[in-house]
Amino acid sequence: MDSISIAGRTFNSRLLVGTGKYKDFQETRAAIDASGAQIVTVAIRRTNIGQDPNQPSLLDALPSKQFTYLPNTAGCYTAEDAIRTLRLARELLDGHDLVKLEVLGDPQSLYPNVVETLRAAEVLVKDGFKVMVYTSDDPIIAKQLEDIGCVAVMPLASLIGSGMGILNPWNLQIIIDRLKVPVIVDAGVGTASDAAIAMELGCDAVLMNTAIAQAHNPVLMASAMKKAVEAGREAFLAGRVPKKIYQASPSSPTSGLIGS
Amino acid sequence: MINLFINGQQRQFSATLSITQLLQELDLTGKRVAIELNGEIVPRSAHAVVTLSDADHLEIVVAVGGG
Repeated sequence: MDSISIAGRTFNSRLLVGTGKYKDFQETRAAIDASGAQIVTVAIRRTNIGQDPNQPSLLDALPSKQFTYLPNTAGCYTAEDAIRTLRLARELLDGHDLVKLEVLGDPQSLYPNVVETLRAAEVLVKDGFKVMVYTSDDPIIAKQLEDIGCVAVMPLASLIGSGMGILNPWNLQIIIDRLKVPVIVDAGVGTASDAAIAMELGCDAVLMNTAIAQAHNPVLMASAMKKAVEAGREAFLAGRVPKKIYQASPSSPTSGLIGS
Repeated sequence: MINLFINGQQRQFSATLSITQLLQELDLTGKRVAIELNGEIVPRSAHAVVTLSDADHLEIVVAVGGG
């Protein structure tokens, strides 16, 4: 079985999914089931005091027996806020230490602030967290995050929620070639081929939310993404033929042609 | 009478109370929440024994959908 190991934990699925932007928890669950994902990201937010206490909760829809939670720091713009958020997450999830760190630069681009990200990663790793870190596709920063002790480095394909696909496969390739920890493309995937290309490049996994949740049919897109990640992974392992510019090579025998 | 700042909102309570009592008041008993009191995490095991004082700042958080 071609499984992936993250912080000593083994997973069969190489597709990680977010739980935001769905119509309701029923749709969330159906799409995540179709995706085959085992790791699901969750956000930490203030509880809505005064709301109906019997409202269903996300964690009930996605029980911890079946899914590994990956609490995130989405919406944090400083290392301090990200650290506080993940300490709350650890308390909320009974000591759960596998987390997704993201520190953003501005609300328009949601581009990662790598300076704050590096600062937060140092503190969190020292505090015992297993940090999967969202970052830019800068190979130097990616390596520094690995050196700090992050358990997975997750460069963007393109801006969060943009669906623009992989804008710089060359940078991703450098990151994949240089890092020893899993490299997971996070953010920017728009459709199945984007996920397949990420896996063909040699990424260890892909993390996405919007591409599935905001598709016209989220459950069907989740199924497409599952297949794309698997197909891309198999293609990577199989080893593609080299590209030969302007040089054809027949697939059928060149001898034994009739009339020859 | 004490004032608490809960999730950024000021609320009045008639007397000092523990975190467990506060959660009861807020209809959050048994809900999966995490609590930060004046910037420090209060573990669930300490909810019954930590008493809140006037002007305390609390954050009460839950897990929600996110990417």
